[in-house]
Amino acid sequence: MSDFPASASVVVVGAGVTGLSAAWWLARSGIDVVVIDKGIVGWEASGRNGGGASHYQSPLFAEEQRLWPQMDELLGYPTEYRRERIIIQRDPALLDHYRAVGRICTAMGYRVDDLDSAQAQAMVPLTDGTCLGGIHLRFGGHANPQRTVQAYAWALQDLGGRIVQHCPATGFATAGGRVIGVGTSRGRIACDAVVVAAGPQANALLAPIGIDFPVTAARAEMIVTEPAPLMAIGGVDGNGLYGRQTLRGNLAFGGGPHEWIGTTPDGPAARPASPLIRSLARRVAEMFPRAAHLNVIRSWAGIVENTPDGRPILDRVGNVTVATMSGVGFGLSPASGHAIRDLVVDGACSFADIAKLGLARFAALEPDWREQRGWAA
Amino acid sequence: MTVDIHDLTGKFVSPETRYDIVIVGAGAAGTAAAIEAAHGGRSVLLIDENPVPPGMMGTDVPLFYGGRMTAAAANPGRMVEAIFAANPQLEAAFDAGVEVLLGTCAWGLYRNGPAMKTLPEPMLGLADAARAWMVGYGALIVATGARDVVLGFPGWDRPGVMGAQAFHALLTRYTALATRRMLIFGSDSLALETALLAHRHGIDVAGIVEVADAVRGPSGLLAHVTAAGIAVLTGTVIVRADGGIDGVERAVLRHDGVDITIDCDTICLAIGTEPATELLDASGPVDATIRLVGDCAVPSASAAADWSRAIAAIAPPETIVCQCEDVTRADLIGVQPPRYLDRPAAIAARSLATLGHDGPVDLDQIKRLTRAGMGACQGRRCRTQVACLLADASGTAVAPATYRAPVRPIPLKLLADWDEPAAMATGWDVWFGIPTQWTPYDTIGTADEHAPGLGGGNMHV
Repeated sequence: MSDFPASASVVVVGAGVTGLSAAWWLARSGIDVVVIDKGIVGWEASGRNGGGASHYQSPLFAEEQRLWPQMDELLGYPTEYRRERIIIQRDPALLDHYRAVGRICTAMGYRVDDLDSAQAQAMVPLTDGTCLGGIHLRFGGHANPQRTVQAYAWALQDLGGRIVQHCPATGFATAGGRVIGVGTSRGRIACDAVVVAAGPQANALLAPIGIDFPVTAARAEMIVTEPAPLMAIGGVDGNGLYGRQTLRGNLAFGGGPHEWIGTTPDGPAARPASPLIRSLARRVAEMFPRAAHLNVIRSWAGIVENTPDGRPILDRVGNVTVATMSGVGFGLSPASGHAIRDLVVDGACSFADIAKLGLARFAALEPDWREQRGWAA
Repeated sequence: MTVDIHDLTGKFVSPETRYDIVIVGAGAAGTAAAIEAAHGGRSVLLIDENPVPPGMMGTDVPLFYGGRMTAAAANPGRMVEAIFAANPQLEAAFDAGVEVLLGTCAWGLYRNGPAMKTLPEPMLGLADAARAWMVGYGALIVATGARDVVLGFPGWDRPGVMGAQAFHALLTRYTALATRRMLIFGSDSLALETALLAHRHGIDVAGIVEVADAVRGPSGLLAHVTAAGIAVLTGTVIVRADGGIDGVERAVLRHDGVDITIDCDTICLAIGTEPATELLDASGPVDATIRLVGDCAVPSASAAADWSRAIAAIAPPETIVCQCEDVTRADLIGVQPPRYLDRPAAIAARSLATLGHDGPVDLDQIKRLTRAGMGACQGRRCRTQVACLLADASGTAVAPATYRAPVRPIPLKLLADWDEPAAMATGWDVWFGIPTQWTPYDTIGTADEHAPGLGGGNMHV
């Protein structure tokens, strides 16, 4: 194993996809960066998600769309990124709803084509006549989360960045109102600035230095089947599901109710899947009747943190940059890392207005905000 | 308190059927436990996944059948008869009032615990050829037996390379074994007993092969084997299994640098066993309501590390380790992506050694990079060898990859809950059901933010 770093210009706490991307962007600017994690890279929700990359609602959307087609080349490692997405529905109300979502995207200058049933069946051979139609996003796409987090990690190392796994942060050393070091299970790392992208653990980590970081965590589940024949566009979902067909052919989908588990300093004690996998299997079978015979071979759960409004927090307090993407972090990661790099280096995002993602919006947040939403563990 | 309708609370209902005692596995230990449990008027369910559908046996679920089944394996009625004939105690279980379900597997065990509090009670997921369902239990007895430790060598994907447990099952439980002449790998009691069993059933045992210089099993047992005229080849390793469309026809062995060719249609891997506890492994720690009986309670014992090292020393690096995902030994040790992806120079330079700089070898990390163990057999065939190879290559201990439910492959339409509670559909959302999450950024804080028609429900794309 590598030597434990005594210091770095920037320490990133959390080797999830957001922290890794931020570190990679910092390293691209020639900054000496160390990423620490309680476990291995991309182990939590960063490596366990649908892999979608089409987030019209985000101020980082344009940057997300600009960057994804270049990511394999920029990182130097495969992400399995593929362009475009299709959303199909078998419920008329949901179809109308998604057509309206499509019009929002079109109004923003991103083309979305409506598909009737026949068109949807032609593009999605695993569905059948029960599919009423859908929308075809001529932008966005999907990638392999597990491969992508490792690609960020390796690309970061290629630029001289360091990653220390199995090394939880235990607190911050401060002087004159600034963080001057990050305490870890293996000792202190002195630093000029810190990025906290520690997901559900960020809350407990930031409280002692006076930053109220309102997130609470829940468990979400996915299932995966044995491979199906490859569809031309693998980024197909709908029927209450998110997910994709992997390049190997597996159908990997999640959705449905979650379970609030709260945040703990040490991270989740377990990530159990539940009988929800039966309701997921039902919806995959309904969406893809021609694949309903395929075996489900795995299920898994991820622990996801959410903010009170479900929107990201990207902000800087002194020399501490704090980040959560509130459960929608994978696809936006190329852009969120860029934004975090800008916050750390320049104090402001250079390519988008992200002011509405600051902590200030929670200034009047009630202490019992979790209970008010029914989000208490 | 406010209720989040998208939360799992209240979404799971108690199973329609509940038994005082459920026993998984109707082998000798499970059947005996069922009969004992039924005394005293308790409700007892005894399930066994055998007979396994022929399609499943073809993908080596749950044992490494290696394609050496006769056509009889495709006849479920005959297979059920054979199971009863092989285990007369099953009749006694019926007579004692045990509900016996054959052809029924347990694919998931669900209990409340850390990060899970929404189950009304512990429940077990079952499936047969027609449906999947949940049952409740007061006590759970796991009698799922043992599985063979399987190792890959050139030609191990040919029909005829099988495990000793599968051999026993096809020969004595199903009477559906197509073997005529076999080689047995391994020399512990398992291998010696397998040889004697085969010999008694008139199967020609061409030899027992052991990589070590001495037989591992007891000398008394070995004496029976030699008395039966069965050759024992120690200090010998497999080079490859050759064959044709019907599978293995001969094995090339190497002893003291000299290759020996032996004709056989079956290579039986009797190197060791591991407890078949994936149902529990995927569920969490054993609690007071759960008991293990029979072979699944016996810790893993195998010569896998020796065999894996001996094979790796002579087999080409292109030897397949993971059959489902076509992962070679070189790609596993090199931590290389699957062949359908490009390998730019940067990734070709990555390896287990470079990964080791970041921390201890983590098999779940290597799985997702190489896809070893990610296939349709759910890693049963390769998990032990993958761990052995990585341990040898890294010089560190490596725990085998973890299991996830469903621990048996179950078709989507079968696993599906077609009768799910109404609350499940009512509370279903693509993601967390937080409408403000999807508000287009530019409209936040404007009059359009709360425009009717959107902002409610699923807006994930």
